This record gives sequence, C-alpha cells and structure tokens, in this order.
Amino acid sequence: MTIDDRPPRSTSRDLERYAGLFASRTRVMKSSAMRDMMSITTRPEVISFAGGLPDTSTFPRETFAAITEHIAEESVARALQYGPTEGLPGTIECIREVMAAEDMRVDPEDICVTTGGQQVIDLVTKTLIDPGDVIVAEAPTYPGAVPTFASYEADVVHIEMDNDGMRVDLLEETLDRLDREGRRPKFIYTIPNFQNPGGVTMSLDRRRRLVEIAHQRELLVLEDNPYGLLRYEGTPQPTLRSLDGGVYVMYLGTFSKILSPGIRLGWVVAPPPVLEKINLGKQGADLCTSTLSQLMVEAYFQEARWRDYVETLSELYRARRDTMLDALAEHLPAQAEWTRPSGGLFIWATLPDYIDTTDLLARALRENVAFVPGAGAYLDDRGHSEMRLNFSASTEDEIREGVRRIGKVVEEQVALYGTLTGEERPKVRVRRAPVEAAEPPQPARVVPLPRRAQGGR
Amino acid sequence: MSRVAVLKGGSSLERQVSLRSGARVEDALGRLGHECLPIDVGDDLIDRLRDEQPEIAFVALHGRDGEDGTVQELLEIVGLPYTGSGILACMRSIDKVLAKHLFVEANIPTPEFFAFTEAAFKTLGAADTLPAIEERLDFPIVVKPATGGSALGIKFAQAASDIPAALVAGFSYDSRVLLERHVRGRDLAVSIVEGADGPEALPIVEAVPRDENFYDFEARYEIGRTEFVCPAEVPEPVTRRAQQLALDVYRVLGLYGFARVDLMLEEDSECLYVLEANAIPGLTETSLLPQAGEAAGIGFDELVERILELAWARAQGELAL
Repeated sequence: MTIDDRPPRSTSRDLERYAGLFASRTRVMKSSAMRDMMSITTRPEVISFAGGLPDTSTFPRETFAAITEHIAEESVARALQYGPTEGLPGTIECIREVMAAEDMRVDPEDICVTTGGQQVIDLVTKTLIDPGDVIVAEAPTYPGAVPTFASYEADVVHIEMDNDGMRVDLLEETLDRLDREGRRPKFIYTIPNFQNPGGVTMSLDRRRRLVEIAHQRELLVLEDNPYGLLRYEGTPQPTLRSLDGGVYVMYLGTFSKILSPGIRLGWVVAPPPVLEKINLGKQGADLCTSTLSQLMVEAYFQEARWRDYVETLSELYRARRDTMLDALAEHLPAQAEWTRPSGGLFIWATLPDYIDTTDLLARALRENVAFVPGAGAYLDDRGHSEMRLNFSASTEDEIREGVRRIGKVVEEQVALYGTLTGEERPKVRVRRAPVEAAEPPQPARVVPLPRRAQGGR
Repeated sequence: MSRVAVLKGGSSLERQVSLRSGARVEDALGRLGHECLPIDVGDDLIDRLRDEQPEIAFVALHGRDGEDGTVQELLEIVGLPYTGSGILACMRSIDKVLAKHLFVEANIPTPEFFAFTEAAFKTLGAADTLPAIEERLDFPIVVKPATGGSALGIKFAQAASDIPAALVAGFSYDSRVLLERHVRGRDLAVSIVEGADGPEALPIVEAVPRDENFYDFEARYEIGRTEFVCPAEVPEPVTRRAQQLALDVYRVLGLYGFARVDLMLEEDSECLYVLEANAIPGLTETSLLPQAGEAAGIGFDELVERILELAWARAQGELAL
C-alpha cells in the first residue's frame, strides 16, 4: 500500500502565508493576462511568428549520431561528471574559434562558459546591480532581458534606435541627464548586430563612439551578439569587443543560434575583476555548465564543419526573411512601417498608434496567427503599437499565409478607425500624442439621447 | 463515487486560469474519492467522452466555448450531466450587454451603458452618436468587449480622442463593444453557492489595488498587485444589499449551482451597481469564490462536492420529468 503524501493544493490562506515570505523583488515579477494569452500561441494550428526559435529541423541526423557516438567512445565518465565553473578547456577552444570567425582574439582565461546566453544577462545583472541602479538599454530591448532586469529591481533607461542602431547622441544626452540627477548607470546593454527585437544593426561610427563614451565615462557595456554570424548581406561590422580590446566591453556569445538552443550553452568574456565576480555568481547559481553539452560542442567541432552549418542556416533564413519582407509589402497597409534586417531572426513592425498590438493579438489568434506585442520589449509604458515578427521558425508558405492573415486584421482595424473618426485613411502616422493634441473630427449632428428607463421599456 | 470528467483548458484567452481551476478541482475530487478523468478540451472532446464513458462532467472552463453555453449544449446532446449553469444562463451572463439589459428590466442597478456592433459603425453611421454618448456618460468612460472575463480589451477613455482607439481595441475581442459610465469606488464581488435551502450569498470579497493608478485593470489579475479582503470591511446594510443584489442577478439570469457577481460601491453616492455575472468563476488558489467559501466555513472540497451533487440533482430532476 502506498500513502499519498502529496500536500493538498494550497488554499488562499496558504498563499497569503507564502506571500508574507516572498522577497520584495518578486512584486515586480508579473504574471499577467497577456502572458496567459501568449500561451495560446503555441497551439499547433497557429502560425506563430512569436517565438525566437532557430530552425533545428535541418540539423543533420548523422552528425548528431556521430557526436553522441564520439562521446560514448571517448568520454562517458567525463560527460556524466561535474566540471569546472569556468567551463571545459576544449569547449573554451571552440568558443575562441567562433570568436575568431568574427575577428576577435581572446585569452582562454577571460572566458566563462555559461548555461545559455540568458545566464550571462542574469549573472552580469546580479554582479553589477543593486536595487534602483540604472541599466541603459535600447528601445525596444530583448524581451527576455526584461524580466531579468526587473527581478534585480534595476531602473532601466531606454535609448531610441533608428536604422543605424542605438542613437548614441541620445545616449550622451541621457548620460548627462543622469549625471546631473546624480544617478550613475552601471552598464549599457546592447545587441549591435540584427538587434532583437528591432532587427537593425549599429553603424561603425556609432560603435566607435559608443566605445569612446564607455572609456571616457568609465562605464561597462554588455555586448550581446547571438546573431553576428547569421548575416544575409553586407559587410560584417567589427564587434564592440574588438574595438574596445576588452577594457569596458563585456561580450556575450551563444551556441543557440549557430548550433542549438537545446544544449543551453553560451559564454561571457569580461575584464578579469568582473569575470571573477561572475564566476562566483555562477558557482552559487549552478556550479558549472552541463558537461555533456560542452562535450557535445567539442565533438561537433571535431566531427563536422560548423561554419558550413551556419552557412546552411543563413541561406534558409535569408530566403525566409525575403519572403516575409515581400509579404509585409503586399499585405500591410501604407501606414505600417517595418525594419529590413540584414541578418538575425526578427523584423520589427510599427502600426498606426491607434492600434494596440496586445489587443490585435487576441484578434489575430482567432485567425490562427501570432506575434509578440511590442509592449513586452520595454520596461516603460511604450511599444503598444509595435510587434516583433520571427521569420526563422516558419516555412515560406507559412510566412506568406501568416502575414496575409495579419494584414487582414490590421486592414480591418485601420478601416474601422477610419469609420470611427470620419477620416477614411489617415495619411500620416503620428507618434502617440498627448490627449489634448488630438481632437477627433466632430460630426456635424449630435443625436439627443433619452434616458433609458429602469424596469422595462 | 462517480467517474467525473473534468473539462478544462480549451482555446479561450482564459485557458491558463482554466487549467489551474481544473487541476485544483481534480485534486479535490481525488480526495473526495471520485475517479477523475481530466480532459483538456479540443476537437476530440466528443470522442473522448464516448470512449472514456464518464458519468458526469465538471466544467472548469472559462471564457469562450466553456462559459458561453457551447460546451453545455454539447454535453446535453451527448446526454452527460454537468456542473454549473445551463445553456441559457451561460448565454445570458457571458454577454454583458444582454445581462445588463436584463438587469435594467429587473430594476437591478447597473452603470449606464450603450452597446454597439461593429456593423453599426461600418454600415449604420453609429459614429454620429458618439458625442452625445460621451456627453451623457462623462469621462472617463469604460470601453469593453461584450464578452471576456479578464482585463484584456478593457480601456478607460479619458477624453473623446481616446474613444476610437478604445473601440478598435474592444472589437479585437468581440463583434460587440459597450461604453459604460465609470463608477468610481470600491470593487466588490459576491459569490453564490446553492445549498439545501437554495442559493446562498457568501461573504463579500473586496479587491483593493496596491498601486496608485486607479485605472490599472491589469493589477486586479496579478498576484501581489491587488489585495483581497474577505469579508470586505463595509457597513452591514451595504453587505446585505450587495448580497441581495447578487441573489437577484442569480435569479434573473437563471444561474445554477454557483456563480460570482461583480459590483461597484460608488464612492460619492454609496450606491451599489452590478457590473457583470460569471457563470463559471475561477476556482484557483487566488480566485474569489473559493476565498469567499473559506470565509463562510465552506472548504474547497465541500464546495466541489456540493457543485457535483447539484449537477446530479438537476439530472435526476430532468429524468423524473
């Protein structure tokens, strides 16, 4: 006989008891209706542009078999064992090879292998941020960084972007302002290549200027570069790390987009005193990164030509990006704008400001298509008319059909707004304006309303 | 002991809440000695009900399909007894416009409102009536879709210029949207459970937002951003009146088994207004009906057992006819 010793599901009083024990930082960890809605986007019948998923279906089975065979023959005991916190030397060599492919030379001791790139964001924030400290980030920023920054109670200050990436002039103005207010940012978080979610790439001039600013003001920069090798056209720009030489720039890399997100393997390169603290933080978080995953990467680099696979992915994604850009041009109304990324996984679209993309998602889900509403990419109250579209995880047919459906619901809302305001098609897109600035056109006639009687009509 | 199919999940926007309600009901049914058959409802619903032969269905669905009479209709077609309200009561309560018209007819106070279909704007020139409505309801005006149980799609229009975008948002969720006078005051919920002597109103739960922003509806649905006080600290006559109004709503809509009625206690006038009724209110740890039940000394298991017994009683009553 077995005894069922599972505790009964908690009552509301239990919840209050637990709530009394929660740290104050959990107050900012939100669970919202919006998140509940996002869970529906994973239904099989939904064409989802919401994820940030690479296409893992093209990874050759025989390569995967060779990798596991390699580990089985040579390193079973090691694969099943703990490893050093900073990572296995062989994996670090693979990382140096990947970084060399983007013209960066780094010493092995400056690298720490992590559980995905996401852990780097967590560890850097944990190392540098006390509650209320400032992090400067692009507007919009990586939606996955938002809960991390929030959970350490960071005060995130957003800097607008244009087609050349973060507006460094606005960055300087903001830093001056923060200086006057006596607030010193701890680090600047940026994704210079094919930004997630914005899809834009920082120009060389701005990269140089950003590094200069970091040096002049003695500020750290976290350069997040998951997509640098997924370039579909144009000349690669030097990384901030290579321009800076590793003085103020911390570099985040990952195998997620060039090999697999499932193996959860990323890394950070940082100045030695910072890396030492990151390493201590990682010991507390998970002791070490999965040894099995690290050995898989080592075996992969021995068994296969990793750059060939990146090239295969690039060709696949380039075609999908082109399909999505063509479909957007065909199906989105004239008032919409979107970025044209030369690499990476995302397009960022901006709709007329009277369309709220969270509400639009509810409508789009009825047509079985999904995207990420823009508000999730900001820590302030922005992004309500913006959306992120992923093109790497859907086939070209799905992309055409999905964008057609989005176009249909956007068109509907544009037409409805036109009917409601009397402007059939507003020509110019205006940024969210203060209430008093936008008087709606007044109809000539006002219908008098009799009061509705209670108790029958 | 019964073989109970717990219907949960589905594809409505309230899928996650429903999964949590369902899981909690399953635990309770297990403790009560029933055999549980959890079903995440989808296109195989009828097949699964035929194959697995439950004796009764516990409907723990919220929102579209589950709370609007659709699933109830299917269960009647396959002849399976089920918990909670019947088809007509579900249709009346999911539709805020219909429900509010019924309140008006029955002299149940509800904030003044005007409702529109999308077609009214597109083909009947309804936009011409907006200035008069705005003048009548006064700002802020609450704009919300006719159906839907969460904060999604609910907007507070502070000025005339906010109305068109708020309507566009509302029509994302439903083909009908209502504009409602905003009642500034306290947010109260009265849950009802039927017992041996008929429907019983439970102690009032008050939702007190912790944030300053009065209009942030999202806060109500996020753990930690709203504090729930039960029983609500309101004068005894207000409690009695709110409970009576909730019972009136229950009767007018023809609800059965259990339900929750949401009201506002207006700050200035101290008048009570009924906003809406939920035929299948949330049954999660943080949901209001289970909290109210606990305050009345009715534990969750007892609540589930009662709801199940009522479903049996209705089925037997129908057989007797």
